[in-house]
Parts: sequence; structure tokens; C-alpha cells
Amino acid sequence: MARRAGAPEVNAGSMADIAFLLLIFFLVTTTIETDAGLDRMLPPMEPPENVEDVVIKQKNIFQVNINKNGQLLADEELTDLKSLRAKAMAFLDNGGDGSCNYCKGKKNSESSDNPTKAIISLKNDRETKYGTYITVQNELVGAYNDLRNREAQRLYGRKFTDMEAEYLNPETAQNVKDDLKEKVKKIQDLFPQKLSEAETSTAN
Amino acid sequence: MSKFSKKKSGELPPVSTASLPDIVFMLLFFFMTVTVMKDSSLKVENVLPNANEVKKLEKKDRVIYIYVGKPTQEFQKVFGSEPKIQLNDKFANPSEVGDYILAERAKKSQELQNVLTTALKVDKNANMGLISDIKQELRKVNALKVNYTTYEGDAFRNLQ
Repeated sequence: MARRAGAPEVNAGSMADIAFLLLIFFLVTTTIETDAGLDRMLPPMEPPENVEDVVIKQKNIFQVNINKNGQLLADEELTDLKSLRAKAMAFLDNGGDGSCNYCKGKKNSESSDNPTKAIISLKNDRETKYGTYITVQNELVGAYNDLRNREAQRLYGRKFTDMEAEYLNPETAQNVKDDLKEKVKKIQDLFPQKLSEAETSTAN
Repeated sequence: MSKFSKKKSGELPPVSTASLPDIVFMLLFFFMTVTVMKDSSLKVENVLPNANEVKKLEKKDRVIYIYVGKPTQEFQKVFGSEPKIQLNDKFANPSEVGDYILAERAKKSQELQNVLTTALKVDKNANMGLISDIKQELRKVNALKVNYTTYEGDAFRNLQ
């Protein structure tokens, strides 16, 4: 009986089965996480040194209060959540003292002087639902984004949110980034996001 | 002669399946690389709220997660049904958040320690009181950059 040299070949027919098994395992366990959310900066615990108490005029503050039932008090008026964005935009874009040459607001002397001075103050109750709070945050951020988009569209012909997303994307090339950085900064300075979060009020 | 004559039948030759393992392996490697194993199992209900003005949270190595929500069914007997904070794998009090952040921060490499973001994954039915406590704790340890993680969607759906 003639015997061939060497070991017989291993049958690789079942390789596909093994690979399929692994594949299915990874398919099932995969959660392609897409984490996204609202970025916020908290105020530092200690106020920065040698800063005198700045007096902020009442008219430059847009007070938003959320109570425990999810009702909204914006600038001392009971407001519907859906109209909050428009109200915040009207406040930011007001340009009361005429020093803002890009504002398109009503120039109402009772409302904010300049977008750079306008502050939105958000206050909530301890029993406010988180979902409501996020909706309000979303609307306020949306108000800023809408205004910034408008200015970016006017100056650079594209949306601010797109520019910022491209700037923050790690895959963007460095030279593009440097270019975008200037522009993003400029737009941010036109409408600086001054959103203060007061400490929560205790239930009463 | 007849020994070498080929069978001449109308049958099509079978499709070769030899490359099947290669294809499967390709898929396998794809899923292996994109898989992120969860490092902590959720012990709280975590239905995030919706928002549409969101920013993507890039670079997972710079994020510290804090979960908040009602304990899930199996833990409700022990921990009650009030929203709780989950840090890593266990429930915690608001006062422990600061220490947790410091411990997590120390684990990261030097150059990342100043650019860390705290992602708050909070159930939409949680109360703001607890969140405020967490925020206070975060301010105490100077972890000021927070991200309220949300799903992308219409924000007004949160109200229902």
C-alpha cells in the first residue's frame, strides 16, 4: 500500500461554522454607542479672584423658572414651552442700547442692551422632572444656536452648528481646523452663551 | 479510454464555498472592532430624555459616566424605588460623587486629566433635586464640564 508522505490535510469545512458562531456572538453583543448630549459648563465653586461684584441690570437678565409641575415662568410671565425659544431669541437679539449692529430685534429699551450682556438665568425646583429640565435647556441652547446660525449664514454662508461640528470632529484636517477656529470663535463672541444656573429652590 | 471519459451531464458545477469563511471572517473582524463591551451593567432604569441641539461626545477615554435613575425591578426590594445614583457597579449617595470623580480622574493619564467630561446619564423621570446635588459635588471637585447625555429626537416628547 502506497503511503503518501506528510500529515493529511485538516478539513477546513467547519471553519465557516466556527466563524459564524463568533460572528453571531459579536453581532448580538454589539451596541454601537452614539453618545450625544447637551454640553454645559458648571460655574466654578469659588468665584475668580479680584473680580468686583458686577452689577447686572435687571433688564439684562432673562429669568426662567421651572416649577415642580413643569410649568414655566419666563420673564415673569407664564410661558408655554413651545414659545420659550422665540422669547429667548427676542430677548437675546433685542439690542436695546443700539450698540449692536447685527441685531435684528425690536430695540426695546425694557429688554436686553446687547447680546454680549444678556444673561439667561435658569432656576428649577427640586421636584422638577429631569425631562422637562432638558427640554428647557434644549430650547435655550436652540435659541443661541438659531441666532448663531443666522450670523454664520450671513458672514460665512454656512450654518454655525455645522462649522462647530466640523471643528470638533477629530478627523478634520489641521489647516481646516485653524480656519474654522477663528470663525467659530467670532460667531461665539457675537452671541456668547451666558446661561447661568442658579441653585435649586427648595420645595415650598 | 473509457476510464478517462468525463461525465457529461447537464448539471451545473456547485458554487464554491471555499471563500465563505473569508467573508464571514471579514464580518467578524468588523464587529469585533466596533464592539464596545459594557464595563458596568446598569442597575438603574435609564431612559434618557430627547434633545435635538446635541453635540456628539467624541473620545470615550475622556468621559466619566454617572448614571441616575430608579433602581431596576430586582433591586427595588433592597433599594426602594426612589431614583439613585450608580457609579461604576454600585449605588451611591450624592456625597460619594466627588470621591468617585477624583478616583476616576487619577486613573486617566496626565494630559487627559484637565479635559475630562462628566456624562450624566439620567433617566427622564428623575427629579432635579438629585441632579442639583450631583452638580454641587461636581463643582466642589472642579469637574465643570458636563454633558447631559440624551437621545437625539424631538425635545417635546419628554413632556409626555
